Amino acid sequence: MSGAWTWLTDAANWSGPGGVWTRLLQHLWYTLLSVAIAVVIALPLGALIGHTGRFTGLVSGVANALRALPSLGLLILLALWGLHTLKGDLALLAPAIVVLVILAIPPILSSTYAGIANVDPAARDAARGMGMTGTQVLLKVELPVAMPLVMSGLRSAFLQVVATATIAAVVALGGFGRYVIDGLAQQNYSMMVAGAFLVALLAVLGDRILAVIGHFVVSPGLTGRAAKGRRPAAPTADLVAARTIGMSGGG
Amino acid sequence: MISFESVSKVYPDGTHAVEDLSLEIPTGRITVFVGPSGCGKTTSVRMINRMIEPTHGTVAIDGQDISTVDAATLRRGIGYVIQSAGLFPHRTVLDNVATVPVLQGRSRRQARAAAAELLDRVGLDRTLSGRYPAQLSGGQQQRVGVARALAADPPVMLMDEPFSAVDPVVRAQLQDEFIRLQGELGKTIVFVTHDIDEAVKLGDLIAVFAVGGRLAQYAEPAGVLSRPADDFVADFVGRDRGYRALSFVAGDLPVRPEQTLVLGERVPPGAGAAAEGISVDHGRWALVVDTGHRPRGWLDCTTVPVDHRVTVEDLVLGGSLAGPGGSLRIALDAALSSPSGRGVAVDDAGTVVGTITAGEVLSAIEQARRSDASGLTAGRTLDKQPAVR
Amino acid sequence: MNWEWLQRNEQQILAWTLEHVWLAAVPTILGLLLALPVGAIAHRYRWSYGTLITLAGLLYTIPSLALFVVLPGLMGTRILDPVNVVVALTLYTLALLVRVVADALDAVPPLVVASATAMGYKPLRSLVTVQLPLAIPVIGAGLRVAAVSNVSLVSVAVLLGIPQLGQLFITGFQLDFFTPIIAGIVLCLLLAAIFDTIILLTVRLSTPWTRAVPGR
Repeated sequence: MSGAWTWLTDAANWSGPGGVWTRLLQHLWYTLLSVAIAVVIALPLGALIGHTGRFTGLVSGVANALRALPSLGLLILLALWGLHTLKGDLALLAPAIVVLVILAIPPILSSTYAGIANVDPAARDAARGMGMTGTQVLLKVELPVAMPLVMSGLRSAFLQVVATATIAAVVALGGFGRYVIDGLAQQNYSMMVAGAFLVALLAVLGDRILAVIGHFVVSPGLTGRAAKGRRPAAPTADLVAARTIGMSGGG
Repeated sequence: MISFESVSKVYPDGTHAVEDLSLEIPTGRITVFVGPSGCGKTTSVRMINRMIEPTHGTVAIDGQDISTVDAATLRRGIGYVIQSAGLFPHRTVLDNVATVPVLQGRSRRQARAAAAELLDRVGLDRTLSGRYPAQLSGGQQQRVGVARALAADPPVMLMDEPFSAVDPVVRAQLQDEFIRLQGELGKTIVFVTHDIDEAVKLGDLIAVFAVGGRLAQYAEPAGVLSRPADDFVADFVGRDRGYRALSFVAGDLPVRPEQTLVLGERVPPGAGAAAEGISVDHGRWALVVDTGHRPRGWLDCTTVPVDHRVTVEDLVLGGSLAGPGGSLRIALDAALSSPSGRGVAVDDAGTVVGTITAGEVLSAIEQARRSDASGLTAGRTLDKQPAVR
Repeated sequence: MNWEWLQRNEQQILAWTLEHVWLAAVPTILGLLLALPVGAIAHRYRWSYGTLITLAGLLYTIPSLALFVVLPGLMGTRILDPVNVVVALTLYTLALLVRVVADALDAVPPLVVASATAMGYKPLRSLVTVQLPLAIPVIGAGLRVAAVSNVSLVSVAVLLGIPQLGQLFITGFQLDFFTPIIAGIVLCLLLAAIFDTIILLTVRLSTPWTRAVPGR
């Protein structure tokens, strides 16, 4: 433990191509890129399925299937394929990003779908009755009301990706996972623990930041904080299930 | 004017929700669609703003077939109030009300200013404008729903059981305010309810629907009550319809003068002496008023000694009041609900004018029946309920 | 896909599979058993809900590899010890399920709980015999997520040298050979599917009232 502290406080470990700042940027880059791509794919898909009510089986089917995939195995599979097929840096990076995106999709897809599907039907009916077109109902009413769940899905996805990106170090990628893998290889326990600590820190801080962002993005009328002094109403069973399904393993 | 021409709605599984409906809804009046569950009243109303499309027939507004108009545009010109209000939980009260004007292109600031005025109109405190729906009571949410429907000043309003989800006291308040509002605005309103009392109270015209989507009767409330078109309507209106029909009868109330005691006065001997010519109670009850000659309650003179100073605790409260221009139903209720058997009649200022007994009301009914064959006045009920203290 | 190689290494693969099953199933069950009381406490004592859920959330945020690495130092075990994996995954399952259990109990209709109390059920008995059974469907949904996650997470532990199906991935990578990798993925998927189905069936069997079709 103290070894890890020593390692972390050693300035030499913070600079240079193997230094903490570099690794941080790499880790962040993999994470943000993958989550962004996953959002572009899964959010509209989840929103449309929730809005139209069609292909709802797709959501749980896809989410469950993708979540069952062993992240390490997938990573190695695609990395190997990448090494054979692609050239240069991309050979390992592209497959890794693909895996990260695949793993980030389930939480975003199911949370967005659940959020939209659970919008008060009376609000939807009123919106249509007032003369909003289908798209307007989706964008002005359903999505904003679904925001709390969408944000929770985003946070789950972020955690999932940070965790798996750590493992990506096995296939020679950068990021904080490098410290763990290299530390293991070199029997440098301090470096391992330091790496583990840095990953945990990144995950926790990132989650906190997303929570704060969520605070600003989600209307106060939705969080139950605005409710008259009561604590928020007990969630319905399918909402709890949906929230859970939107979460994923720590990696 | 909204017209239904041979409109039917048949669902793929064979259910006939609406069966060959033809009627005309007059402009500027409240038309109530009433009936039991499954009678097609909500389905019919939802065909007016094309939330549901008819399988056969045409719905037209002011002569124009609505199927030729873009649905979203059509709906922006029709106010829509539903049972659970359907407020947007993520928007403040003010932004909820401002929804349609903003949709139509007005600036947000203008829309919000207009919304604030509307809140006044529906009887909501302006301090609520920054709150979220979750922070409001059921009655408040319903008022916001109405304000939201009024925001674009649509000529037509559709209201689907808007007052059903609140408790009876709030419901009565909302109904009264709705009548007042309509008096100011004069919109074409189609109102759906399953409650015949609400229909009779609010409607200028009532359309009674039977299960299976059949229109059973379409007439003024008085007509539905006194001349039901068939057994179904008679049954639906219920056993009290004779009594309910009294709401539409005005009559000269033979009010007798009544001796009164003022609160704080001493009970004189011989108090409670029955008004001249009336032998009921043998002088037991005395009407007690305040210094403004407004009724406060009845005093049972047998329970207090002579010279006792009358206080509020001595009184038996209760007994509704018959206001001026009220119907015979109110007069009868006042007489029946009074502990002394004498209903209190008051004027516009609420001061006591005299009393009337049940027997006298019944005579007045007979008189009205003899002088006019139908004996019933058209239009809304004459009942205004003054507050009973 | 080299079937011969698979046949030759059949025994080893079987051993790894069994190890994997054990390493994934035990934490799932342990985590559930621990989450039930903790979740019940969070549900019952509202003031604790916030703290407990936040702690659970924090725990869940920590990536698995980090936990696998840090735990030996804290527990005094060697890195190679499978106990690390079991403890770590139990903690994850616990963290995931605490919120699920609390929310599932919240979702039990309050009127049902009130009737039970009015009939004379003491709180603990009401919890165990009335509320928990009604909460089973939702807890079951959460348990399925946890079980499937655990199957995937166990394979990550190969990086610490612990023998299970994850070894197939490393072997494949080192030998530049696709067969073991694909075999490993398929077996993991199979295990996940089996766990998922077992939990699903258990939930179905233990909640006959959800299957009763109302007479029309």
